[in-house]
Amino acid sequence: MNIFKDLAMLPMLIVIFSLLIVSTVVTFFLSKNVRSQKRKILVTNLQERIRAWWVMIAVFLIATATGGLTSLMLFAVCSFVALREFITLTPTSRADHRCLTWVFFVILPLNYFLLAIHWYGLFVIFIPVYAFLWIPVTSALSGDSKDFLSRTANIQWGLMICVYFVSYAPAILGLMIPSYGAHSARLLCFLVFVVQISDVMQYVFGKLFGRHKIAPLVSPNKTIEGFIGGVIFAALLGASFWWMTPFSPWQAGCMALIIALAGFGGGIVMSAIKRDRGVKDYGNLIPGHGGMMDRIDSLCFAAPLFYHLTRYFFAH
Amino acid sequence: MLNAICSFIKLFTGAQARWLGEECPVEGVTPLQSSPSSADSNLFLTDNARPRIYYANHTSHADCMVLLSVLPRHIRKMVRPAAAEDYWMATPLRRWFALRILNIIPIARSQLTKANNPIQRLVVALDEGSSIIIFPQGGRQDDGEVGEFKCGLYHLCRRRPEIELVPTYIDNANRVLPKGSHIPIPVVCSVTFGAPIRLLDGESKEDFLKRAQNAVARCAA
Repeated sequence: MNIFKDLAMLPMLIVIFSLLIVSTVVTFFLSKNVRSQKRKILVTNLQERIRAWWVMIAVFLIATATGGLTSLMLFAVCSFVALREFITLTPTSRADHRCLTWVFFVILPLNYFLLAIHWYGLFVIFIPVYAFLWIPVTSALSGDSKDFLSRTANIQWGLMICVYFVSYAPAILGLMIPSYGAHSARLLCFLVFVVQISDVMQYVFGKLFGRHKIAPLVSPNKTIEGFIGGVIFAALLGASFWWMTPFSPWQAGCMALIIALAGFGGGIVMSAIKRDRGVKDYGNLIPGHGGMMDRIDSLCFAAPLFYHLTRYFFAH
Repeated sequence: MLNAICSFIKLFTGAQARWLGEECPVEGVTPLQSSPSSADSNLFLTDNARPRIYYANHTSHADCMVLLSVLPRHIRKMVRPAAAEDYWMATPLRRWFALRILNIIPIARSQLTKANNPIQRLVVALDEGSSIIIFPQGGRQDDGEVGEFKCGLYHLCRRRPEIELVPTYIDNANRVLPKGSHIPIPVVCSVTFGAPIRLLDGESKEDFLKRAQNAVARCAA
């Protein structure tokens, strides 16, 4: 299905590209009239972020438009890069090398392969059950028991967050929803759009009105004002896009609210991990944003919730 | 071929370079032209098109490939890694890869004669206009720390004291491919290049090796 030919997608595309164009123009004029050094850094960072948004949106839309398999590949690559960042940050020992070889080259590809062949039943338990059992065995066989529990937990967590949770986003493409037809790509766009707009709006509201920090030690940039503004904005926008989903307006609003709240949870949890490891970003893959994990942290938590709620209430 | 392999390694490990002592060398721009104001600060006097010695900590077989992959192409073209002759010449495949792809300078580790004197081979390579990658620790250090340097580096510098040495710290390559493993895993690596150093007049072997080693350790910070 081609989302560019899908009329129901048109308003969302118009909103996305209007936002991009307006923000590009606004930051361009801002950059011409900055006085203080502090402002200048902020505006330059904003410009970097927006430029990266153009690229990310283009890549995502092209992948979604060219079909399910391409989307799956895109998310598999995201998982790979995110897991790489996660493992780089976590202290693993030499004894984990064999286990990590399994994780990167067998478990990750298999997880996405199960989605490609629509084997839903195995996909949902593959990492939580089979990988969970297999990982500590390979680590134990290597014979090093120092910090065994925390090492295994680190790898298992990384696998759950970076691979299992992320793969719920493309899994949406396989949902069979009665009277909705083969339009599941719209739902994927809905999820990604709401998650990211909520992130962006929390940032914008936070910068404009932010006074009270939510958890200054965990995530210094998150404020109560930003959180409330961003979440409400995302919920309302989600509700207004109800006609591209199988939901009614208020259902779409509730879904968007849950997506935004879960996304916030993901952001703050992944921040806590960063602070614990003493870094500011997961990497510097995406200019202005940080690493892959910095961009998809909220999606990680929102995707499984959205998938299961949709499946439970709307799919067969 | 080497460029293709290096591009793949960069994608796979997400390896990145940090240049602390100077700006990242750009092809066709000699540093003197690019910043005339700081020409006397000796930081920018370095002409990276001249042969130099990149010396680095050694923790993994992946070290050399990671280092090569983050070097700009025009520098990669003129760089030759110094590597163990007995290992690389052992099988036809390794031999082909070492000589055709990496263009190593084979270093004999036993039965040294006048003909296979390692220092002499390195000097010849420098004189021919090649830069050199060298791991002065000799063996690989397990824990990722910078180990004791062997004296080869000093003897090489005695022969060509005008050559610049670029201290290089390779981080995380030992997690990509630890000693004893055969399958590399993707862990983000970084390579830090410090400000070039030289052998000073009358500097003793111990002082020089200590100073060179500290320069690498400083890149790790």
